[in-house]
Amino acid sequence: MTLSQPQNGHPTSVQPLIDAIDQADSPDRLVAAVQALVAAQQEAGIPTLIRALGFNNPGAAAIAVRGLVQLGKAAVQPLLDLVDDYNYGARAWTIRALVGIGDPRALEELLAAAEADFAPSVRRAATKGLGDLHWDWLPEGDAAQAQERVMTSLVKISQDTDWSLRYAAIGALEALALSANPLRSTIEQQLQQIAHQDEDLAVQSRSQKALQALTAT
Amino acid sequence: MLESSNDRNHPPELNDNSSQPNETPSAELTTEQAIANLTHPDLSLRYYAAWWLGKFRVKTPAAVDALIAALQDESDRTELGGYPLRRNAARALGKLDDRRAVPGLVECLSCEDFYVRESAAQSLGMLGDASAVPALLLLLQDGLEAGKPVLGRPHLAQPVEAVMEALGSLAPGTQWQQQAIDRVQPFLNHSVGRVQYAAARAMYQLTGEAQYGDRLVAALSGSDINLRRVALSDLGAVGYLPAAEAIAGAAAENSFKLFSLKGLLERQVRLAGALSPDALKLMDLMDSLL
Repeated sequence: MTLSQPQNGHPTSVQPLIDAIDQADSPDRLVAAVQALVAAQQEAGIPTLIRALGFNNPGAAAIAVRGLVQLGKAAVQPLLDLVDDYNYGARAWTIRALVGIGDPRALEELLAAAEADFAPSVRRAATKGLGDLHWDWLPEGDAAQAQERVMTSLVKISQDTDWSLRYAAIGALEALALSANPLRSTIEQQLQQIAHQDEDLAVQSRSQKALQALTAT
Repeated sequence: MLESSNDRNHPPELNDNSSQPNETPSAELTTEQAIANLTHPDLSLRYYAAWWLGKFRVKTPAAVDALIAALQDESDRTELGGYPLRRNAARALGKLDDRRAVPGLVECLSCEDFYVRESAAQSLGMLGDASAVPALLLLLQDGLEAGKPVLGRPHLAQPVEAVMEALGSLAPGTQWQQQAIDRVQPFLNHSVGRVQYAAARAMYQLTGEAQYGDRLVAALSGSDINLRRVALSDLGAVGYLPAAEAIAGAAAENSFKLFSLKGLLERQVRLAGALSPDALKLMDLMDSLL
């Protein structure tokens, strides 16, 4: 039996909540059980929440993602360790959880998903997430190096054949430029080029919007 | 040979390449080969070449000429009497921006193969030549009869959705505008949801009246996910700005919502520029769907 300390100071057992998930005999009960485990906000529940990403129940998975994002940093290493490369659906939810947390330790996973995942929706989420990483969670030297890798990847994605990925890359480049000063002029040049040359008006426009935001700060 | 048509809407994630084998312009075919293959003894190579030229938007005059000639192909027939090569050629010509294809496509509107008529109507809508309007109107001359199901086939008597879609983009501002309104209007009450939506969409384009845009917005809260996707696509196609929030909140995949909002944004940018308040708001909505 796992005992852990909730924030209110009373010891609570997570095990019954975990058992309820394993015993759930209908989709609705599963969703309710995952909801209850999320509400407990216990680190001991993390592996079970990650397992819930693979139950092929989108309602349960979405709630589990929310719970994992709330738990934040503590969930990152387990997510990276337990990522299921053979269950595509679960993998997509894992990426969404990692994006939501924004821990730069997930960099490799997110770069791989952004550049080459199977589904455009996952690629878009990962691409956007690359712009929203908490760079201050990394030592300064590491951050600069990682930011440069992210920029290279985003520039590549900003030339993808899928307009929605180019669109997502622009927002991420905008966010990156705001947090990585040394990269700012290179990113601005890239955005200028997109604003004038992209074949989709929506993508051009997003680039103009990004440039305006960068000029304003 | 498949008897289903390409969907008139093109959801970004689920459609496009799924029905066809090859995605990248690879070394396996060159423009010259593709054009030559349109008259190859192997009929499957002809069919593939026509698709390929459209997919990779090969706009050279030689490609257009060869595809126009393929609209009259008699060799490639399905068991049910369809013309697969003509269908693919008609679809491809819609993507090549060359109005020389218009007379041949207009002729295809009276082809006995439903899917040739449908592809031709779609492509005529894309080519933007209003001279095709009278021929398109003819397909609706029987009123709701044109929208009756054909026994034993998965389609209606006429490709009324494609025709109304084409009329919606070609007829506004022409001498045929009122006639188009009169012919499209009855289909607002058609028994098939997506036909109603196609009518609402065309009516919005023909009249600019909000009631027709609002019909499509109402369709976003319908119970059928496929119909919600169709409504998203239609709203994107007409760029109906008041639908923005409803689109973002619709119960459908983000891909469909993004694609729809893209249509609104591009129309708004054309009207008022990329940094107008409405355009900025649309982009914020789109960002939230990534």
